[in-house]
Amino acid sequence: MMLRRLAAAAGLSLLGLFPALAQEKPAELRIGITTYASGAASVFGIPARDAAEMFASEINARGGVQGVPVKLYFVDEGAGIETLMTEYRRLVQDQKVDVMFASISSGVCNKIAPLAEDLKVVNFMWDCGTQRILEDDKYNYVFRTQANATPEVMAPLLYLLKVKPDFKTIAVVNQDYAWGRDSWAIFSQALKVLKPDVKVVAEFFPKFGAADFSTEVSRLLALKPDVILSTSWGGDLDTFVRQANQRGLFKSSQFVLPLAESSLERLGNDLPEGVIVGGRGDHYFLHPERIGDAKFRAFMDAFKKKTGAYPIYPVFHMAQAFSALEAVYAKAVAANGGKWPTHDQVAKAMPGLKFQALGRPVEIRTDGQGVEDQLVGTTIRTPKYNFDVLDNMMIFPASQIMPPVGQKSDAWIATLKPDILNIKVDTFKHAD
Amino acid sequence: MSFDTIVLAVCDGVAYASLVFLVAVGLTFIFGVLGVLNIAHGSFYALGAYSAVSAGIWLTKAGFNPWLTFPALFVAAIVIGAVLGGLMEKLLLQRIYDKEQVLQILVTFAIFMILENVQRLIWGVQPYFMSEPLQLLGNVSLFGISYTAYQTLFLPALAVIVLLGLRYFLRHTAAGAQILAVTEDREAASAIGIDAQKVYFVTFIAGATLAALGGALAAPTTSIMPGMGAEMIVLSFAVAATAGLGQIEGAAVAALMIGLGRSLAVYLAPEFEVLVPYILMVGVLIFRPSGLFGAPQLRKI
Repeated sequence: MMLRRLAAAAGLSLLGLFPALAQEKPAELRIGITTYASGAASVFGIPARDAAEMFASEINARGGVQGVPVKLYFVDEGAGIETLMTEYRRLVQDQKVDVMFASISSGVCNKIAPLAEDLKVVNFMWDCGTQRILEDDKYNYVFRTQANATPEVMAPLLYLLKVKPDFKTIAVVNQDYAWGRDSWAIFSQALKVLKPDVKVVAEFFPKFGAADFSTEVSRLLALKPDVILSTSWGGDLDTFVRQANQRGLFKSSQFVLPLAESSLERLGNDLPEGVIVGGRGDHYFLHPERIGDAKFRAFMDAFKKKTGAYPIYPVFHMAQAFSALEAVYAKAVAANGGKWPTHDQVAKAMPGLKFQALGRPVEIRTDGQGVEDQLVGTTIRTPKYNFDVLDNMMIFPASQIMPPVGQKSDAWIATLKPDILNIKVDTFKHAD
Repeated sequence: MSFDTIVLAVCDGVAYASLVFLVAVGLTFIFGVLGVLNIAHGSFYALGAYSAVSAGIWLTKAGFNPWLTFPALFVAAIVIGAVLGGLMEKLLLQRIYDKEQVLQILVTFAIFMILENVQRLIWGVQPYFMSEPLQLLGNVSLFGISYTAYQTLFLPALAVIVLLGLRYFLRHTAAGAQILAVTEDREAASAIGIDAQKVYFVTFIAGATLAALGGALAAPTTSIMPGMGAEMIVLSFAVAATAGLGQIEGAAVAALMIGLGRSLAVYLAPEFEVLVPYILMVGVLIFRPSGLFGAPQLRKI
């Protein structure tokens, strides 16, 4: 009797033991995502959130990340930096999220990076552009699953120098905030090194969210610069393009719009042909190397069907964050002998990670920067789409248009030689 | 700076000032009569713009004559101003006229926040655009620079019509006289049989409609997007404060100063473009704390 009870107790505890071992795998993998649900940048935040929901349900339908279903927690970046920091802390400490995807705004990322490091939570900078964070400081928990401002600005500049090298004057119209200023600093510094005879005839930094660029357009019409650069985006870019086009500015100047991929569909035929357009990476819903891929096409169509618009670059960035997450857990689980990894083990697995989402493969360097190739093209019109698409596309190899590990962008730009124009790029015509 | 440049800067400045005036005059008119600083004015501006764009897009899609988008701008503004403005005055403002001003500002601010979100619920966050009216009027050329006739001729003409219309209405019609009487002294006006409540109601609707009209008229020139209301309310306050709250002609002068100052800044020192309205406002308020045209004792409460 006694023996039997003992055996039963032992059996019970043994039974209890196995699930305990297996439970090392958590019930769910919690992902905190900061994205703009309000304010001007919600033109990026909302499509990215829609995409995140699609990716999460697709991953869960496959059984989750390494068998663990994912659960998403969204935070609105538009709520202000203080609220965002509090929410971020709450997600990490109370909700116990396993990984954070933050953020869109470079200003936010500057604050979030040290916070993530303090909280020891793996943070993917899934969309922010500033190159400075990982150049100025060393982080163990902060990684960029996409490119940064330096290659994103260098690629359109090199494209311009390759296809329209004979220009003497340039003007810039950028939004008056970190990205507008920083991107012009990189562009103008590199231009000065590569083509020192070009004269900058006007520098405009209209207010972020400005509703009217008429005066700037008048001034540009009078100055007739050979090239006009604008790294603006969203409603600002749409307004500027429409006001400029209405008054014929596109006829007298070559426009270079490094973020206009995200405005193509909205602008319709208000964007003339022959404009140089980039998309902060090789992000394009008709990506020439991926378009033959049935899964790629299926996602583009599913997204269009769900949201009414084709994916723009933040959607691609969100896809990269999810792909990086799956890849890093696969790597960390393997490194941990098949067992579920700790957060620190995940962080350690990030450097050197390779993953592929909707573009070319991306690699995380030892300094946490992502190496992502850059696609730039020129707008044309085709009967199939009621908005401009890209032709004469070039994909620039990222590793050659960004500083090596340990070097800062401005120091690297100063070392540039004109032979950087000879870097091998892959070229593509529009085909669809 | 050559003569050409000055003329060009004036053109841009006047076009910008016209739009700012249309919105700011509604704000200052409401304050002058009701004594309420209406933060929700920015919402009327945004909703006017959104409804004008929706109406315009619908008309073009349905295949109507594109010239119909012009009356659509005005119809959209009047509908928003009358329906939303009317409801807001009847249901909320009527209850708080005798309360402290801080409370009035908080209530209108709350309405502003609610309407911002209503607007996001209805139209989402993607920018909208409807440029038919702008394209229909075509361009005019000045010193080899092409301007849109919509911005350089149509908007300023409309601003002048509104200014003269308001002046005539207030100074030369019986209804205008009633409004002025209520502004001067509500109790005394009521005592001689003027329906002050009705005057407030009508004034508020007129002011709200002007804001919505500003939004509707801005719609063909710009992207309609979240946050545009907040942007405009700040600028309107700058105009109204520079002019002196309640001053209608003053609002025209202040809008013109800000418009011209801004466009001159773009030509001479682009870095100051953003600051111009506020530099002008601070400059004026240091020397004339009640604004350019404001009398020190504007109202008795």
